Amino acid sequence: MLSLWPRLEPLLSRVSKPARYIGCEDGAQRPAHRPGDVSWLLVYPDTYEIGLPNQGLQILYEILNERDDAVAERSYAPWTDLEAELRAAGLPLFSVDNHLPAGDFDVIAFNLSAELTYTNVLNCIDLAGVPVRAADRTDWHPLVAIGGHCTYNPEPLADFVDLVVLGDGEEVVGEITAAIAAARSQGRAAVLRRLAGVTGVYVPGLYESCTGEDGRFAGLRPVDAGIPSQIEKRTVASLADWPYPKQQLVPLTEVVHDRLNVEVFRGCTRGCRFCQAGMITRPVRERPAEQVRTMVTEGLRRTGYDEVALTSLSTADYSGIDEVVADIIGCGDNISVSLPSLRVDAFTVGIAAQIQKARRTGLTFAPEAGTWRMRQVINKLISEDDLYAAVESAFSQGWRRVKLYFLIGLPTETDEDTLGIVELARRCVEIGRNYQRSPSVTVSVGGFVPKPFTPFQWFGQNTVAELQRKVALLRTAAASARGVQLRWHDPRATLVEGILSRGDRRLGPVIESVWRNGGTFQEWSEHFRLDLWLDAMADAGVSVDEIVHRHREEHEALPWDHLSAGLHKDFLWQDWRDALAEVGLPDCRWTPCYDCGACTGYGIEHIVASAVPPAGGSQGTAVPVLLRTAVGV
Amino acid sequence: MRLRVRFTKLGKVRFLSHRDLARIWERALRRAELPVAYSQGFSPRPKLHFGLALSTGHESLGEYLDVDLDPTAALAVEGLGDLTARLSAALPDGIECTAVAVLDHPGPSLQEAVTRCTWAIELEGPTDRAEEVVAALLAAPSIMVSRDRKGRVTEDDIRPGILSMNVTELSGTVVCLRADLGTQPRTLRPSELVAALGSPWSERRVCRLHQWVEDDGALREPLAPVVAVGAP
Ligand code: SF4
Repeated sequence: MLSLWPRLEPLLSRVSKPARYIGCEDGAQRPAHRPGDVSWLLVYPDTYEIGLPNQGLQILYEILNERDDAVAERSYAPWTDLEAELRAAGLPLFSVDNHLPAGDFDVIAFNLSAELTYTNVLNCIDLAGVPVRAADRTDWHPLVAIGGHCTYNPEPLADFVDLVVLGDGEEVVGEITAAIAAARSQGRAAVLRRLAGVTGVYVPGLYESCTGEDGRFAGLRPVDAGIPSQIEKRTVASLADWPYPKQQLVPLTEVVHDRLNVEVFRGCTRGCRFCQAGMITRPVRERPAEQVRTMVTEGLRRTGYDEVALTSLSTADYSGIDEVVADIIGCGDNISVSLPSLRVDAFTVGIAAQIQKARRTGLTFAPEAGTWRMRQVINKLISEDDLYAAVESAFSQGWRRVKLYFLIGLPTETDEDTLGIVELARRCVEIGRNYQRSPSVTVSVGGFVPKPFTPFQWFGQNTVAELQRKVALLRTAAASARGVQLRWHDPRATLVEGILSRGDRRLGPVIESVWRNGGTFQEWSEHFRLDLWLDAMADAGVSVDEIVHRHREEHEALPWDHLSAGLHKDFLWQDWRDALAEVGLPDCRWTPCYDCGACTGYGIEHIVASAVPPAGGSQGTAVPVLLRTAVGV
Repeated sequence: MRLRVRFTKLGKVRFLSHRDLARIWERALRRAELPVAYSQGFSPRPKLHFGLALSTGHESLGEYLDVDLDPTAALAVEGLGDLTARLSAALPDGIECTAVAVLDHPGPSLQEAVTRCTWAIELEGPTDRAEEVVAALLAAPSIMVSRDRKGRVTEDDIRPGILSMNVTELSGTVVCLRADLGTQPRTLRPSELVAALGSPWSERRVCRLHQWVEDDGALREPLAPVVAVGAP
């Protein structure tokens, strides 16, 4: 393989932010490609700034490069200016490490964290010089793989990918490497068959859609008996065995989350019913505190960062979080800690106070819904008192700005629930006035998108018009609430997320058409084109209403029924009924198991150092009340 | 105490911006465990003072940075011996620390002190008329160009900024120039010079070879004659 660098260099002088394409980061590897190695190109299908910090990609990059039968390099979606230059010069997508052509790798593996990046996946495959449809690829082409949270419904991308990986990647990437190495001399079909036998790997081309007697979709079946009919996700039993990334990449140019990141636990059993991440990553696996300390101190020393984020889905739930934070702060002046997702209660604000000694500008809480009734439906059981106590604690300790995250379009939501959002924010400003001259509360609302493998997977998403009506209600109410600022996510983008989240294989031509018509970078509002999506849906004869807005029935086949995140479907259905009955469900970390399937099915268990719930807030006690906060974001 | 550091920016890292460099240096200084002074206030930042900015895409053999050290931290000058190596190890490939000196008296900032830079400029275009056009430019009494400064367009004479210029190499379609360009009162950038040469030449590669301060009419590099530590 020959480096493209000499031919890329002149193009880089003409594009915006060329440093995104040079590699050279601290922690970057320039692996030598040995004969016989299985070479992986790990691609994040959005810009470098967004993709570089992705920890999943960095973990696999290191694990693969440590193996003696694999090498891995990285790539990111080139921005539109470089794409035009590449196409004009006849140059392909390239790796940023050795600047090798993407099409020369054995596997092109995408990390999928957001549905709106799907058209970029097609664009990257095409830029690599590889046919976008899996059926058109030959023995000479790379395998196209996808992993990450979006793969729990990979059907919209089924036409374009050769394999899908479900769950934690740490162990399975090695097994995939070995399977490819063993079977590749027998050709592509043999490799794919062998991969279909690896637990956690789904080969869409070996499954076909079935239609029931009523003419409706009846699920996907393997093409023959040698292929498993159910694909189980992978779960690593203990994070202690996987202290990765060991050499976190330190970018040379600006990226999001530009700091050291240390994952303190994986999984979450708070049981928020809208939260796919919590459902699909069970059970909870904490990293030993001693290992967290080592990863933080060594990471700070190696990288020169002055900020470390302790990451997880709800970092205040980590056993002994206060001690770990105190230790980190004690290890040097000017070191700041950020906790990107925290509950909110006095205890949590106490930790935040410890962290943000100087810079108390903003604190973020996520109550998610405006009324207690609504929060029971979504199982985010924060009482009004908890929220106000947390907000009071924040304003009284010197914070001047509080940011609150909410969802609109939740199941059973009434206008009273929607307006409850502004009401909450208004009360928070009032509390703030006791301590600050001009306290400000920013309310951020996003439209709710029901996701596979959650209790809300049966719920019909609100229409764009309905979400817009709710935004208008909020705007009117917020206009007369002094100190309350309102921000909202574009409901049109929410619609497209809805299409892709629960769509089926009929979406293949839709995605392809949007891409062919130039609809890349759909995550970026300046590039987002709802018209392309709606036209493509109409052309393909697929009803938006059927996929997005319709409530699904208990016994209807879902496009992801052949995949398993461990969760029993009847557990999810029961939880959905409980939601409609406004019944909450406490956290199974500290209460008896509900047998959702995530542990029981795989013979694994929670790894939680503390046998009792965290102290301080009601969220840790009998009624689990929980909030997510981002400190200093 | 203030340290003055000289470093390179060569190869792939030429595509980094000035802001990128600032962040890279902050991290490198922390990794080298140098007791850097921090600003006061809500978000303390290390006290670093960069010299003249280098355009993104241009290379350099002579970039400079002043670093204020924490006056409370004891630091012996002898202890700085291996500092160039320590800093280079903490910097990415292509950014290499080539000298460190202690400034006893801080004096004027780099941006004030430097009056000219020497550049190597590689152009793509016909070689046959290059000498002639360079001579014509040098012979011109004035060269007016319009410059955009923070949204305001001004007409400037850049001729006084061209202190010297000559063709060093002609081969195939590549023309190499060496030029001394002034930085006071306003920096004349190599790209502006290339634009003034006019079509058909286009910029291929630009490298800053030296920066100069003037001392009683003599030119010297910004590090001398202070105590140089570990100069090559
Ligand atoms: S199997 Fe039981 S303990 Fe494990 S996540 Fe599900 S409910 Fe909780």
